[in-house]
Amino acid sequence: MADLSNTFAGIRSPNPFWLASAPPTDKAYNVHRAFEAGWGGVVWKTLGEDGPPIVNVNGPRYGALLTPDRKLLGFNNIELITDRPLQLNLQEIAEVKRAWPERALVVSLMVPCTEAAWKAILTMVEDTGCDGVELNFGCPHGMSERGMGAAVGQVPEYIQMVTAWCKHYSRLPVIVKLTPNITDIRMPAAAAKRGGADAVSLINTINSIMGVDPLTLTMSPATGGMGSHGGYCGPAVKPIALNMVAEIGRAAETAGLPISGIGGIGSWRDALDYIALGAGNVQVCTAAMVYGFKIVQEMSDGLTNYMDQMGFKTIADFRGRALPTVTDWQYLNLNAVSKAQIDQASCIQCGRCHIACEDTSHQAITAVKDGQRHFEVMDDECVGCNLCVTACPVPECITLRTLAPGELDPRTGQVVSAAAANWTTHPNNPMRKTEPA
Amino acid sequence: MSTPEPLSAPDVRPARLAAELYPQHFADAAPRYSRGQALVEAERCLYCFDAPCTTACPTGIDVPSFIRRIADDNLRGAAKTILEANPLGGTCARVCPTEVLCEQACVRTTQQGKPVEIGRLQRYAVDAVMDRPIATLLSRAAPTGQRVAVVGAGPAGLACALGLARLGHAVVLHDAQTKGGGLNEYGLAAYKVADDFARREIDWLLGLGGITLKTGWRLEDAAQLQALRRDHAAVYLAVGLATTQGLGVPGEHLAGVRDAVDFIAELRQAADPAALQHLPIGRRVVVIGGGMTAVDAAVQSKLLGAESVHMVYRRGPATMGASRAEQDWAQTHGITIHHWLVPEAILPGSGDAADHAVAVRFARQALVGGRLQPTGLHETLAADMVFKAIGQKLDTALLTDFGLTLQDGRIVADDDGRTGVPGLYAGGDCRLGGRDLTVEAVEDGKRAALAIHAAIHNP
Repeated sequence: MADLSNTFAGIRSPNPFWLASAPPTDKAYNVHRAFEAGWGGVVWKTLGEDGPPIVNVNGPRYGALLTPDRKLLGFNNIELITDRPLQLNLQEIAEVKRAWPERALVVSLMVPCTEAAWKAILTMVEDTGCDGVELNFGCPHGMSERGMGAAVGQVPEYIQMVTAWCKHYSRLPVIVKLTPNITDIRMPAAAAKRGGADAVSLINTINSIMGVDPLTLTMSPATGGMGSHGGYCGPAVKPIALNMVAEIGRAAETAGLPISGIGGIGSWRDALDYIALGAGNVQVCTAAMVYGFKIVQEMSDGLTNYMDQMGFKTIADFRGRALPTVTDWQYLNLNAVSKAQIDQASCIQCGRCHIACEDTSHQAITAVKDGQRHFEVMDDECVGCNLCVTACPVPECITLRTLAPGELDPRTGQVVSAAAANWTTHPNNPMRKTEPA
Repeated sequence: MSTPEPLSAPDVRPARLAAELYPQHFADAAPRYSRGQALVEAERCLYCFDAPCTTACPTGIDVPSFIRRIADDNLRGAAKTILEANPLGGTCARVCPTEVLCEQACVRTTQQGKPVEIGRLQRYAVDAVMDRPIATLLSRAAPTGQRVAVVGAGPAGLACALGLARLGHAVVLHDAQTKGGGLNEYGLAAYKVADDFARREIDWLLGLGGITLKTGWRLEDAAQLQALRRDHAAVYLAVGLATTQGLGVPGEHLAGVRDAVDFIAELRQAADPAALQHLPIGRRVVVIGGGMTAVDAAVQSKLLGAESVHMVYRRGPATMGASRAEQDWAQTHGITIHHWLVPEAILPGSGDAADHAVAVRFARQALVGGRLQPTGLHETLAADMVFKAIGQKLDTALLTDFGLTLQDGRIVADDDGRTGVPGLYAGGDCRLGGRDLTVEAVEDGKRAALAIHAAIHNP
C-alpha cells in the first residue's frame, strides 16, 4: 500500500494534509480534534506580538459564494490573527506538540516589521517545541492596514529582510506564506528564497467583496451597515493558486524551492493537482470549515487508492510530474489538431453545445439533421476549442479527439503533420526564428 | 369476485370518518415548494436550446426562461413568462398531465429518469403573484370599441376573453353556472385546487379588466346565439361538454346511482373541507369509467371514508383516459382498478331497498382481432353507490340549427377556432380534436382571440 508519510522543509508528518493557519487551528481544543481526525499537520493560527489582544468585529466575519443548493464555491473572511493572549497560545502549542509528537506543528507569525519584534517572538515560539514557523505575509485585510501581512508580502525587499532575520534568530525551518495580491508571484517567492526561506506556502486569500444586499444596497456582508474587503478562498481560487505554484516551480531562480500548496483543496483530486505541479504538501482550511475535520479521512483514502492504482509508492513518485507539461503559449504545438465529437448514445439533446458554439464560437455544431433535432460536430468548422465540452451537462458525452498525423483536417484542408511547430517559427510571426525554440 | 358477498341493504351515510380527518384528506395533493426546494429544483434545469419542454407544452410556455427567473429570485418575471403564454398557468400547473407533456420531453428524463418538476415550479411562480396580485403584470391595449361575446367561462372561454381584453376589446363572458371557471370550478378533485384556487385565479383574471362576466346565462336556443352574433363583432363558443353520457343499462335510475361530475361538483362547492363530513358516501363504491373524472370520483369517495372503491373500465390499460400518474394516484389511495368489464345492469336491493342500487353486474370482454368481444363471463360487484364517469357530450341540436358542422358529437373548427360560420368561433372541449386537456382548451382560447382580433381589423 502507498505510503503517505511526508517530509516537507525538513518537517515530518504522516500524511501531506495540513490544516492551514486559520480559525480551525486557533486553540488546543480544535487542534486536538484535528489530529484525532487524522490531519498530518497543523499551522497554528497566526500569533502576533505580546500586548493587548487583537479585537475582531462583532458582526459577520464570513461570506460565501454558494450554488442554489448551497454548495460552497468561494469563501470570504475578515477575521484577524488570533485574538487570544500570546502566552495562552504558546502554552497550548507546547502542550499539543507533546501530545502529538509525530504530527507536524508549525506556528504562523505576524509581528511588526522590526528586527526586535521578530527576534522576540521567535525565541518564545522556539521554546514550545514546535516544528517550524510560517511567516504570514499574506493576510490581505485589517492587519495589512497596520503594515503587516500582505503589506509586507507585496514588497519583495521586506520579505527578504524579515526572512533573513528569522533564519538568523531561529533554528526552525522557515516557511514564507505569500499573498496572491501581487502582479508576479515569482518576485516575492524569489525574495523569500534570497532571504533563506526553507519553503514558501501559497496562496493566502485574495482581496474580495462578496456582493451587495439588493434591498438595502449596502455591501454584503456588512457590520453596522458598512463592509470591508475580505480575503477570498475556497474552490473558486484553486486555478489561480495552481498557476502561481507552477510559475514558482518553472522559474529558474525559484525552481526546487519547496512549496506548500494552499487554495481550494477539499479532496484528494485537488491535492493531486498541487502535488503533481510541484507542491511538497498541501494546506486546507475552507473545506474543513464547511464539513469539519473528518474530511481528511476521505482525502487520505482517495490519495492512497489513487497511488496504489498508479503504482506510486510514495508522494515523491509523482510530485512535480506535471510541471514539465506547463509551458508558455509560444511553445505550444500549432500542428496538433483536435476536433470535438459527440457520443450520440449518451447525448440527451439539450442543445447547449449547439447554442454555445452557434452564438459565441465557431458555428460548428448542428441543431437539426434530416428534419430531426440532432447535435453533431461539423469537422470542417470545428477548431477544437473545448467550449462544447465544458457546456455539456453529461460527463464524457462530448470529448476532444486529437487527429493522428496524416489525417486530413477538413477545416483547413491540410494533412496533419507529424512534426511539431510552434509560434516561434510560424510564418505569421514577425519575430520568427528559423529554428524552433 | 365472481362469488360476491350477499346483496345487503345499502349503506350510504355521511361522517364515516373522524371530523378532523376531512381537512387532512382534502388538503393540497402536492403542496407548494418552499423557496429552498424551488431553487434546488430550478438548478436542475439545463436551459436547453429550443427547449423540448416548451415544444411539448400546448401553450408554448418558455419553460427554461421562467425557471431561470425563479432561480434568479425574479418570481414576478417568472409568473409573467408563464401567464403571457397561459393565463390559466396556475390551474394547469396543478392539473396538467405533465408526465406526458413538458416533463416527458425534459432532457433530465432522458438523462436521469427524473424530469425537472416543471409543473411544481410553475405553480411556485404563479402562486407567488396570485397571493399578492399585481394589476399591471399583463398589459392591456387601449380600448378598440369592439365587443365580443364568449359563451362558456371555462378554460377556453377565459383564455379567449383575456386574450381579447388584452387586445383592447370589450368582452362579455356568459356562463350557465352561478360561478365562472367551468371545469376548473366544478370539475376537478378538491385536493387538486385546494384553498379555493380556481376562484382566486378567475378573480385575478377578471381583475385585469375588460371582461364582464354574466353568470346564470344558459345557451338554450339558436335565437340567443343569433342575438349574440348580431350584437357583437364575434362570438366564441366554449361551452364544453355539458351533458353526461348514460350507461344505457337496466337500473341506471336507481337511487345511489349518480353522475360522477355532479358528485365532484358537490364536493367542490362544499363550504370548506370540514363541511365534507356531511356528504353521504357508500360503504362500497363502484365507479364506471377510465378517465380523469373516474379517478377524481373514486379517490374522493375513498377520502370521504368509503371502505372499498372499485374503478371499472371496459377496455385495457392502454386506452384509459386517466394518465399513468392518475392511475398510480388512484392505486396508492387503495382504489382497485378493473379492466375489460362492461356494465350490464345495476341491481336493486330487496324490500326497503328495492329502489336502491346494491350491486353492478358486468360482462367480461376481450379484444379479439382488434374488436371487443364478450367472453361469456360475468362479474358482480357489490355497491352502495355507483358513479357514472363514461364521458360527457355536447347538446348538439341548436348548434346544428345555427349552421355549425358537427362531427363525432363536436363542433368542427380549425385550430384558430373558425367554424365556417362567419363571426362564429369555437374551442375547448366542444371543438373536435385534442385530448380534452385544460391546457389545450387554453391554447384554443388564446389562438381564437388572435384570430378574432385579426378578423376585426381585417374583415
